[in-house]
Amino acid sequence: MTPQSQFMVTAPISHGREAELRALLASLNESPGRVKTDNPVFPFAAFDRLHVARFVILEDPTVSDVTVYGLKPPEFPIYLVFLGDCDGDAEDFLAEAATKAEGGLRRIFSHCTDFDAGTSVLRWMLDRNTTAAAAYTNWIGRTVQQVKQDCALHDALRQEMRRDADKFREIDPQSLRRTLKSFVDAEQRAGRLPIAREKSTPLSWQLRNLAHLILVPLGGLLLAPFLIVASPVLIVMLRRREKRDPDIAPRPVTSHVQRLSVLEDHDVTNQFSAIGVLKPGLFRRALTTVFLVGLDYAARHIYKRGHLTRVRTIHFARWVFLDGKRRIYFASNYDGSLESYMDDFINKVGWGLNLVFSNGIGYPRTNWLVLQGCANEQHFKYFLRRHQRPTDVWYKAYPGLTAIDLDRNSRIREGLERDSMTDAEALAWSRLL
Amino acid sequence: MSTSSNGSRGVDASDIQGLMRFGYGRHRDALFILLRIRDADAARTWLRTASPNTAEVMDTPPATVMQIALSAAGLKALHIPEDILEQFSAEFVSGVAGDPSRSRRLGDVGESAPSKWQWGANGNEPHALLMLYALPGRVDAWKNSICDAAFGAAFSEMASLRTTDMGDREPFGFPDGISQPTPDWERKRAASDKLQFQYGNVVALGEFVLGFPNEYGRYTDRPLVEPKRDPNNLLPSAEDDPGMKDLGRHGTYLVFRQLQQDVRGFWKFLDTQAKGDAGVREHIAEAMLGRKMSGDPLVQSNANLEGIGDKPEDRQRNGFTYDTDRSAVRCPFGAHIRRANPRNPDLPGGRRGLFSRLLRVLGFDSSVLNEDKMASTRFHRLMRRGRAYGRWLTPDERLQAGPRYEDIGLYFIGLNANIARQFEFIQGAWLMGAKFNGMSDESDPLLGNRQPLAGGRRCDAFAMPQVGAPSHIVEGLPRFVTVRGGCYFFLPGIKALRYLASAR
Repeated sequence: MTPQSQFMVTAPISHGREAELRALLASLNESPGRVKTDNPVFPFAAFDRLHVARFVILEDPTVSDVTVYGLKPPEFPIYLVFLGDCDGDAEDFLAEAATKAEGGLRRIFSHCTDFDAGTSVLRWMLDRNTTAAAAYTNWIGRTVQQVKQDCALHDALRQEMRRDADKFREIDPQSLRRTLKSFVDAEQRAGRLPIAREKSTPLSWQLRNLAHLILVPLGGLLLAPFLIVASPVLIVMLRRREKRDPDIAPRPVTSHVQRLSVLEDHDVTNQFSAIGVLKPGLFRRALTTVFLVGLDYAARHIYKRGHLTRVRTIHFARWVFLDGKRRIYFASNYDGSLESYMDDFINKVGWGLNLVFSNGIGYPRTNWLVLQGCANEQHFKYFLRRHQRPTDVWYKAYPGLTAIDLDRNSRIREGLERDSMTDAEALAWSRLL
Repeated sequence: MSTSSNGSRGVDASDIQGLMRFGYGRHRDALFILLRIRDADAARTWLRTASPNTAEVMDTPPATVMQIALSAAGLKALHIPEDILEQFSAEFVSGVAGDPSRSRRLGDVGESAPSKWQWGANGNEPHALLMLYALPGRVDAWKNSICDAAFGAAFSEMASLRTTDMGDREPFGFPDGISQPTPDWERKRAASDKLQFQYGNVVALGEFVLGFPNEYGRYTDRPLVEPKRDPNNLLPSAEDDPGMKDLGRHGTYLVFRQLQQDVRGFWKFLDTQAKGDAGVREHIAEAMLGRKMSGDPLVQSNANLEGIGDKPEDRQRNGFTYDTDRSAVRCPFGAHIRRANPRNPDLPGGRRGLFSRLLRVLGFDSSVLNEDKMASTRFHRLMRRGRAYGRWLTPDERLQAGPRYEDIGLYFIGLNANIARQFEFIQGAWLMGAKFNGMSDESDPLLGNRQPLAGGRRCDAFAMPQVGAPSHIVEGLPRFVTVRGGCYFFLPGIKALRYLASAR
């Protein structure tokens, strides 16, 4: 298995050069929200192990929300972030990017502070590669190559069925599978519809993963006695904050919503980028850290095969601390429209959402951390929209395909690869087509 | 005489326009008049005294019915202050055709794009909608009595949309408007965000009438004004904010869309698929709709659903969920009514034990996970009040030669309190959505625009799962329905209408 990994190059933009950079990034798109995959600046399509990637200018007009806590708005830099999810090691990917698109990356990064002509692009990116506090991958081990090959197989099967619809209509599931199997065998003998063999899992990754699997709960176990002893105090601290922390969820201004929605719904998948300041104080910061460690653990070891609790529409997502854990950046790649994404969140994982996001300033009031919060539907939707930032450039390697499509295409291939099936299995398999 | 002028728990039926409660089925003759405001003062004067029929239950139903709705452009033309206008929902203010991103989400692209509409876009937006209903043959007389000189001084007529009595069927020939949500008029059911384990037909009043709690137990945003801006004390107080006057209360949003239907194209396509076999033809048509031509659902009706009532006909036609048809061999996953109303609860798998519930909430029950690909239905319901227009084609005529795009179709009318979460969600995610319920290359078999997805992927198939056999897949569906016009309106309460006619 080839595991996936993430990169996120984070760098402050030079003062006053933001508009210029925005214009350059816009030149990577055919039109807003639709990337030109072979653009000369960063030709995404040239990278065959890149699943999704984006460039975002991270400015945050909501920083002044901290004034509700009587604080002076801090001056955070405006960042350029370049992030993506790829097969194999992220540092190898960055090296490949620095080789294949050096000129373009130089042009982009020259808008950032401390980037000068003599700088090595790779070194510079590696120095600014920010690790996520939590990262989610829909299916750990599913490579871009596999996605594309499985999709080609699915499309070829469907085309074959379309070619002779009558024949396939009067056939039983077992013969359907046999007929399609011999069709695929013939194609493969002719050198078409290749299926790559799965590579072995890198030993270093296995060891790291195993260590993570054991050490995180161990750490939790060590902390547990202290937490239990401190729990009455912690509960009081939590309840007081939950009562007092204000909701800040005004209706987002129309121009902001339009700027965002023009980027959405060009594909069956959408991007989401949001940033916000954490509620002040060590308590909220610690709480966020703990939940994100838990989320990251669950994503790595539990929800690694097609679903995050009940949600099956997220391809990749991540939560990243910025500015010494004072701010958090959230990025995701999800199927469907934003409205359905938010509804999915509220109805299917409202509790989880509350745990993770309620430490952000202005989040709709929670009750015992998991209750209410996002169930205050309109406030929650306003809150998300308000914190969302336009994703200047967004790339996904397989347009038109949802996470459920990818899963189904793989199951179609696995079904074809099997020597035999029971009638019931063959029927279930035939219904995947 | 009215039997319930001031209904239970603050619901004042005499302040609600009747369409919210009644379909006016007996009033088979209907006329929808699209208006522009000619003179704002004259329009205000007329609106102040207009008397739309209300939701009160009368001993003798009225012989004629009139309803009035206003668009955002209309509110502007009446010089409603900007800060009040901005409090209406963003979708309403922007308009159904006001934003290419919205059109893309709704599937209003290609031939259905607003740039090709007959009305409702390109500076051709109506300000108001006058809806007239009368007993057969009487609507023109009703119109003449309303549209007098004072009316003519106030409004100019953009279009008069005439409807056709097709006997509770829509132009393709299917029975229409069978399934409707039952608003909780008595406010008996506790509306809340708590997990519901069963689909029911009773829906929180606030999903359809502004000013009341919705399915989340919250009050949908709507315009509230300070008492000093309502000097004549026309408006009721806001239930959730008693210090404010509620301009939304007893009102709702009315989505109006003109959907042209290619009736001949539809039946001829099916006829080709069926190779001329009338039985097969009808069978595919029924699978596409999800109901038999008689109106009965394709799945067995055996569920005891809250809000369906005791009438055998209602139970027969609406007392069902898809729990008995998990593999969709009776009613395809992609069937129109299964898309428009999946009838699923918040959490599949029923009430069962706490442990099972926990497993399901955490996504560990794989069989349940597989049925959990849709949003929960109760947050996405619509009250439909559509009417057909154009010529009724008999089954024989549908297969005969004739103009492909005759002026035949449906004036779709939907009522909802939250346009984004209700109409736009159902239209975009469920009907147009090529990936609805985990499917890959379909869109609504009747309404789909068949535009390829990003990457050129097709979505013009329709799969009918079979018992013990591979699915029967109908390939290459053409577009049968084209959007020809549309507008988002606000259907105000009577008091709100008076207020809008006086505010400036």
